[in-house]
Amino acid sequence: MTIPYAFVVPARLVHLSAVDVAIVVFYFALVLAIGFYLRGRANTGEDFFMAGREMTAWVAGLSFLSANLGALELMGWAGSAYQYGILATHWYWIGAIPAMLFLALVMMPFYYISKTHSVPGYLKLRFGEPARAVSAVSFAFMTVLMSGVNMFAMAKVMQIVLGWDINFSIWVSSLTVAVYVTLGGLRSAIFNEVLQFFLIWAGALLIPILGLYEAGGWSNLKLQIAQRASDQYVHLWSGLGSFSNNPMGINWAGIVFGLAAVISMGYWTTDFLVVQRILAAKDIRSAELAPIIGAGFKMFVPLIVILPGLIGLAVLPMKLVPESVAAVTGAHSYNDVLPLMLARYCGPGLLGLGITALIAGFMSGMAGNVSAFTTVWTYDIYRPLINSKGTDHHYVNMGRWTTVIGVLISVGTAYLVMQFASIMDYVQALFSFFIAPLFGTVILGMLWKRATGPGGFLGLLCGTLSSIGMWAWVKADPTALRYVALSPHAKALAQDMYQALWSFLVCIIVTVVVSLATKPRPDAELTGLVYGLTAVPSVGTIPLYEKPVFWAGVVGVVFFVLNIIFW
Amino acid sequence: MISIWFFIGISLLVNGVLIFFAGLYEVWHPPAPEAQVQLFSLHASVWWGALMTVIGAVYCYHFKPGQKKA
Repeated sequence: MTIPYAFVVPARLVHLSAVDVAIVVFYFALVLAIGFYLRGRANTGEDFFMAGREMTAWVAGLSFLSANLGALELMGWAGSAYQYGILATHWYWIGAIPAMLFLALVMMPFYYISKTHSVPGYLKLRFGEPARAVSAVSFAFMTVLMSGVNMFAMAKVMQIVLGWDINFSIWVSSLTVAVYVTLGGLRSAIFNEVLQFFLIWAGALLIPILGLYEAGGWSNLKLQIAQRASDQYVHLWSGLGSFSNNPMGINWAGIVFGLAAVISMGYWTTDFLVVQRILAAKDIRSAELAPIIGAGFKMFVPLIVILPGLIGLAVLPMKLVPESVAAVTGAHSYNDVLPLMLARYCGPGLLGLGITALIAGFMSGMAGNVSAFTTVWTYDIYRPLINSKGTDHHYVNMGRWTTVIGVLISVGTAYLVMQFASIMDYVQALFSFFIAPLFGTVILGMLWKRATGPGGFLGLLCGTLSSIGMWAWVKADPTALRYVALSPHAKALAQDMYQALWSFLVCIIVTVVVSLATKPRPDAELTGLVYGLTAVPSVGTIPLYEKPVFWAGVVGVVFFVLNIIFW
Repeated sequence: MISIWFFIGISLLVNGVLIFFAGLYEVWHPPAPEAQVQLFSLHASVWWGALMTVIGAVYCYHFKPGQKKA
């Protein structure tokens, strides 16, 4: 069935002045200038795909965080904060910080010393070609599809917020990304992601500052939210004793075991889109410090995402509604809360900066998808399966062409979603199928030398299939959610958490059983790939305050204190 | 090679100057009350634009091309 992409388009939220347009145009000119400037520094495979492996910890760390800080992420989670309250912060704190620190201190040394170009590349070294093929093909396919879905969603936002033509938004932004990534490769993508990081903070930080001023401070804001919604909207943990006691319909076990232990670990440690940024670090110390720097800043992202949603709940005169209701009635949806707050406080100039931040977030996310797709296609699909005898120059050219083709496939997906809106739900669900089992496979491979190639491959396959099976079961029979999430009061987000947890466990069990039944690889072949058989390189003799483990401890303490404060 | 921090300085500086002067213009020629944003009296554009300009200028100076900085 064909579903039109919007039933009712409300009047545009904001009007840009000349100075706002100048700021947006300047952003496009600057990112293209960076791409042209870096075009001479992307001539070898190591330069084009890995940014020469010469990024400092700060550049790699901010890029690592920025690749995840897309515009839809900002608007979506601000909308979730309006809908569910401060509970949405879990996706930024316990759903990110422990995983980022784990990546830095435990997993990064293995990725780094194996000199792999990608996460599928590590699977090849550890489990052999079949595991790499499953991982690489699924990742490449899903990455370009997700990029297209995000492209369409962003173009739709620009239509609603600014009244821009949807075709204009899609083509201008995608062609700009294609030009600067094709010219400068990963280095260009990383530079622009760091630029985007600063623009997002510059464009969004004023909203919580002015919002708290208007609300009369944090204490008064909490009182207003309690009056308009519920006291549970401002507590992180106290309402998670049961599914029915909080607006999200989830319990603490889903958050701790599903989100923190599986989904977040899977995303932050095995999703090549973010891990690729760290692999570009110049040395092992920078590679370990980069995720810690990212974690330090990640803890404060709720200031510009969650807090605006909470402030919107208190100060906006209208009541926002779910997307499905907004599409029919023309009212504003939860996802509009950030643009609405932008329009509420930002006059000429500041408005242009805020809109630029959203555009930059979108383009940087797309560049991240495209550069990761290009690397995985060239090194993990094209080179091993199609042409293994090409020169370095040949693979760089393949990378440039793949960038253009990846962008075009994304554009095609965006138009497909425009015609069949339900595809968006399927693609987003599909992406979640692979994350949890992949984490199970990678972590067992790194920590357990007895894990074998067939075990890794079958564990990954069964974990993924079990995830798809549970999703299809609930799709066919919504009452099945009570079995998947262990409660009749569970809601959609709880399904995601428990589905990930079960598929992770399936992957682990199958991998262990099959590994014990198959012949182990000799220890000598696993050196550099498995804990216990690998001399983890030292960061050298440096003062305590320069050691990654010290800063991981600092971030850990701040993370713990923040959770207590907002308990 | 030009540092990434120099590009960021340029971005903050140019945007800061544009926002600062747009804010100053509104101080001298305020829009009609119904067209004003919330908390207009705080003139956020002026001080936020000034802050961005200063930070951008510092970055541009500190990381200008030719310096040996990452």
